[in-house]
Amino acid sequence: MVMRMKSSDKDLALAAAGGDGTAFAALLARRYDGLFRLAFRLTGSQHEAEDLTQDICAALPSKLRAFRGDAQLTTWLYRVVVNAAHDRRRRRATHAKAASGWGEWEVNRRSADAETAAQVDWLTGAMSALSDDLRDTLALVLDDVTHRDAAAILGISEGTVSWRISEAKKNLRALRETEDQT
Amino acid sequence: MSDDLDDLKAALDNATPAPDRAKKAAHLAVAQENFEQLQGSARPARPISTRPNWGLWTGAKAMLNSLTSRGGLTATTALVAVGFVFLTPLGENLLTPPAPRVAGEQQELAVLEHELEARLRTESADQEEADSLSVAEAVIETPMVLDSAGAELPATPSTARPPVRKMATPRQNTTASSSESLIAPDASRLDYNTEAFANNVASPLQITSETPVSTFSVDVDTASYAIIRNSLMNGYLPDPDAVRIEEMVNYFDYAYPEPEGTAPFRPTISVTPTPWNADTQLVQIGIQGVLPAIKDRPPLNLVFLIDTSGSMDQPNKLPLLKQSFRLMLGQLRPTDQISIVTYAGSAGQVLEPTNASDRSTILSALDRLGAGGSTAGQAGLQQAYSTAQSMAEEGEVTRVILATDGDFNVGISDPNALKSFIETHRESGTYLSVLGFGRGNLDDATMQALAQNGNGQAAYIDTLAEAQKVLVDQLTGALFPIANDVKIQVEFNAAQIVEYRLIGYETRALRREDFNNDAIDAGDIGAGHSVTALYEVTPIGSPAQLSDPLRYGADVATANSDELGFLRLRYKTPGTAASQLIETPITADFQGPTGFAAAIAGFGQLLRGGDYIRGWTYADAVALANASKGADPFGYRAEAIQLMRLAASLSDQ
Repeated sequence: MVMRMKSSDKDLALAAAGGDGTAFAALLARRYDGLFRLAFRLTGSQHEAEDLTQDICAALPSKLRAFRGDAQLTTWLYRVVVNAAHDRRRRRATHAKAASGWGEWEVNRRSADAETAAQVDWLTGAMSALSDDLRDTLALVLDDVTHRDAAAILGISEGTVSWRISEAKKNLRALRETEDQT
Repeated sequence: MSDDLDDLKAALDNATPAPDRAKKAAHLAVAQENFEQLQGSARPARPISTRPNWGLWTGAKAMLNSLTSRGGLTATTALVAVGFVFLTPLGENLLTPPAPRVAGEQQELAVLEHELEARLRTESADQEEADSLSVAEAVIETPMVLDSAGAELPATPSTARPPVRKMATPRQNTTASSSESLIAPDASRLDYNTEAFANNVASPLQITSETPVSTFSVDVDTASYAIIRNSLMNGYLPDPDAVRIEEMVNYFDYAYPEPEGTAPFRPTISVTPTPWNADTQLVQIGIQGVLPAIKDRPPLNLVFLIDTSGSMDQPNKLPLLKQSFRLMLGQLRPTDQISIVTYAGSAGQVLEPTNASDRSTILSALDRLGAGGSTAGQAGLQQAYSTAQSMAEEGEVTRVILATDGDFNVGISDPNALKSFIETHRESGTYLSVLGFGRGNLDDATMQALAQNGNGQAAYIDTLAEAQKVLVDQLTGALFPIANDVKIQVEFNAAQIVEYRLIGYETRALRREDFNNDAIDAGDIGAGHSVTALYEVTPIGSPAQLSDPLRYGADVATANSDELGFLRLRYKTPGTAASQLIETPITADFQGPTGFAAAIAGFGQLLRGGDYIRGWTYADAVALANASKGADPFGYRAEAIQLMRLAASLSDQ
């Protein structure tokens, strides 16, 4: 077990892909919080994020078999999360509602925490104003993923990531301006 | 990073909650359980990046697992098609293990498989487009072997060789796989529900001078339409694989003229403009079955084989089944007999064969049915069939009706054994119909396979209204076959039609030579049923022609040049082994306005994401359906229009 704690994610993943149950447990325990965090940022709702994380956990054992160790495990895992989120969205087929979690969450949040209400308002407004693509990209980049890794995770070019981030910034700036006017 | 972005980052970090501890523990437990299960399945890992989640399967898992691991598979090609859909979550193009094994040329295939495996092994987890193209390439190369070995296929009923069909559309496959791989390079789609649908890639465009003949088996199932309706009503677009266009089209009655004389049915052909393409035409082939006088119908022996596993304990499952059953009971005659056998959960015969006149006994047995307990794994199917046989008498119609939400643990788990069991009893005159209930675990693929082998109908019951349609309004049709093994073959005239495309019937395609082979099983038509098939055809000289004419092509024949094609139809009257033939030319004489069937076919293609209807929208489908709605006495068509509108809003069109 001591050895396990020192093993790299990649070693654990490869061992798990080879059928090592302990390695799998150790790996997932280590990575769960990160998965959940990204899931939350992609969906904007704790409830949605929990469901998404459950889906991912349930499917991870079989997916892991495809992990070859060529990519960083974090990158690979994030891609699993993003794909799962896309998939969920596609199943729902409600682009319009994809951002509604942010609205729902905002209501709960506001009642729970009046102090940060203004900031939360702004966050909610900002996130739900973005398109799915922009929000996904932003969620990754704000989670300290490099543009290069974000490109790999989303299956787009690095240039597209940069473009999306600048689009998102434009949106935020526009939002800020309207807010300042009111 | 701008201030805005920094602010947003800070706000996000603040807002992101810590995972709920209980939820986290539960999720980790699920993951671990699936992990163990995956190991337990002891299936050597094949490094195919789009491998499905073996560990998650329930229901038909055992059945399909053995499908994939068994050599020399002799199940129907319908089951092979099932395997295909299961094994390739993208619904496309990966050569799966069972397909080559069907072919059975062991040595050659071993080499092939080795090569393919080596190729796939080099695929990295984060493959880019190029990699997935090489997969597609591998697939495109393989059918040559499949094709050459195709002659050794055992006589297979119903659907034809899906692998070969796939190969006919390398263009579609390649684009599909590469564009998909951009979105999901390594992680296959999450299959967290266990529904499985039988479908195949859409029938490709055929060039008349190369493939003048199109052959398929009729299909009177309507399960796909009900599944689509259920999805849309619940606010989801249906899984494209759940969309079988012929079943949507066949859900509706088109008031074809009744047959005359002694023929059990009559074909009606119309040629109309294609709504989604001004330069092509739709050939609609309608086949109307004769409806014998209801009072003359023979007595019925019905054995209900009812799934009482715990999952059936939901309002839209067992309780709906009971209500449906009561509706049907009112339609039966005193001479009809009913028996009820349950499997999974409570086990065994819960109602001895009872005359339909004894309503109180039947209803109380029905009320006692309860869902619960685990799967007992007892021989439900065998018991149902032996009960059916004990009830059968000369001149009566005997049918087993399996009602389930997807748990097919009916006592025989080996697919070959199951198939031959059902087939044997089909020969002896006991038919099988399958009623599906509920969603989430619905194994549409197995439902289809069972009903097709059992000469029965697969229907999906989601509302009491659907129960009314399937069990009451169509009682005669669903339960009294008037023609067995009905096959349709259309030969197009290359002098008139340059290209054609069969819309739907992907899972029902037959080989050209199967048409005259009476040993090949095909779909049945019940009393009063009608079947509709639609071809989109491109006349010579139309700007819609997609293929370029051959530079060195031979001149095409010009005999009978005013005919668009020739329709041949084979059927057997129940109880006979030799088929009879109906032939009629397809001419452009039968012209009329584009009908409701075209609207439904277009709707189905929109739901499937068809390649051939670019630019056409749900709004167009609604407009056309409204214009061609007609009398619509039961409101089925109005409901379809409502579904189109729902689909439009769900898809952001």
